[in-house]
Amino acid sequence: MNVTPEARPVNARRRILGDLLLAAAVACVMAVAPSVYSNQLLLFNFVMFLTLSQGLNVIYGFTGYLPFGYVGFFGAGAYGFALAVMHLHAPPLAAMAAGAGAALVLALVLTPLFRLSGAYFAIANLAAAQAVYEVISNPALEDITKGPYGVSLSGVYAPDTSYAVSVAVLTATLFLVVWLRNSRFGLSLRAIKEDPISAAMSGVSVVRGRTIAWLCSALIAGLVGGTFAWQISVFYPETAFSAQFSIFAVVFTLFGGVATLTGPLLGVFILYGIYNTIGITVPQYFQLIYGTLIVALVLFLPNGLVSLLTKRGYRVP
Amino acid sequence: MSPDATPLLTVDRLEKRFGGFRALDGVSFRLAQGEVLGLVGPNGSGKTTCINVISGLYPGDGGQVVFEGQRIDGASMHKLARRGINRTFQSPKPFLSLTVRENVEVAARYGHAGGAPVDLDALLASLELDGHANRPAEDLNSAQQKTLDLARALATSPRLLLVDELAAGLNPAELNRMADRLRQLADGGMSMLVVEHLMGFIDRVTDRVIVLNAGREIFEGTLADATRDPDVIRVFLGGTAHA
Repeated sequence: MNVTPEARPVNARRRILGDLLLAAAVACVMAVAPSVYSNQLLLFNFVMFLTLSQGLNVIYGFTGYLPFGYVGFFGAGAYGFALAVMHLHAPPLAAMAAGAGAALVLALVLTPLFRLSGAYFAIANLAAAQAVYEVISNPALEDITKGPYGVSLSGVYAPDTSYAVSVAVLTATLFLVVWLRNSRFGLSLRAIKEDPISAAMSGVSVVRGRTIAWLCSALIAGLVGGTFAWQISVFYPETAFSAQFSIFAVVFTLFGGVATLTGPLLGVFILYGIYNTIGITVPQYFQLIYGTLIVALVLFLPNGLVSLLTKRGYRVP
Repeated sequence: MSPDATPLLTVDRLEKRFGGFRALDGVSFRLAQGEVLGLVGPNGSGKTTCINVISGLYPGDGGQVVFEGQRIDGASMHKLARRGINRTFQSPKPFLSLTVRENVEVAARYGHAGGAPVDLDALLASLELDGHANRPAEDLNSAQQKTLDLARALATSPRLLLVDELAAGLNPAELNRMADRLRQLADGGMSMLVVEHLMGFIDRVTDRVIVLNAGREIFEGTLADATRDPDVIRVFLGGTAHA
């Protein structure tokens, strides 16, 4: 029997305070970062992946469903934003709501995928995201989506404001994860992840819990997609639906450790930091170093970096 | 308690098929308040399937299940838990990464079927799990995980507890303690349907038994009478019984 050291008892109030402080610290750092570092696009990318990783954490970390097509919600959010601006001349914040709505509608349409599990769910979700991409990029829909020719939203281009909104979305997402980690609802989601049958026999409505987590996760990706469209203002379907968004979000989350606040944050800061450092300085070794790091982690720390502490009985925020 | 008292549970001509295989073929019985009914039979006779259908894990294909005067067949598991029906599993299914206390907390918070709130500390202490309360359930041995499965079910304050081979794998001392616990629960008014292969355990815990074979009820009465019943002897031992 593999015995884990008994968790060190932590006062519940102190535990929640620790989570809140970490969330607030990250939000504050990203909010003031543009005033000390001039590459705002890089900072935006950090904020985007911090938020996407936590959004993925909501559905995968808490319920165990891994959506490989997570980018579908991101792309839906980006195109929801773009269509609202192009056709309705909506102000950016209203267009953000449209993007979020598009992601939620897609999530609702895809809820039957929960009949699947494991790899089947992941693959079906990936296929669904690809299907949305094919619709958006269809040249026959050029009048509506601009097809494969991309959209230009130069009229609403406002990098400072869109960055501020992206930090607001990140902050809300971090506090959502804090709530999930410390709430009765979050506990029920973790029960669903462990064993849906036993969770149901414990009185947990598995369908309801999973659907709420799914919608929250999609909403987050949709909002991030909206801020992405607002921030870069010119993009193509293959940009907004790039599998890289899903892959990065999954890898960052797994690298740090799921169902924690810290894990995905560590994953983004370390891996995306390395990606932007060695990818520029020694690009010829980038794939080798990055791949080796990920393989080593999967082999030796399959539960992520935070498991170094949790295995010793420490509670990681 | 007499089976003629107002039934808490009525199972009427319950059917369940898996493809062409009839796992339950018109099983009927009644269970009174505070009564402990044993469900025995050889492997594949339909005992666990019966519990699975009553607890909502499988939908039935015919017949009906009535609990406290209302039909419950087709209801989802979480609704049945909140209505006062809970169960243990043949292979315990605790939430492995959650602590022992969190395991019972989930059930107490979401599945409580009414009445006084459950004192979780007292519940864990009564089942000798209090010393493990802050450990992940994955650290427990199989007997402790079975006990935790029972604790999770009891945390919902069920009025009907479906017990599926809880005694399997327990050593004699654990077996005795488990039998005493179930008997105490029954004496406190909880009704139980107990599936078990260990006849000594069944004898200690139940008031009467139903013997199933190939999805059909072949005997209903006391365990002592069952051991003398020619049909039961034939099913369990094979060959022809001699009266």
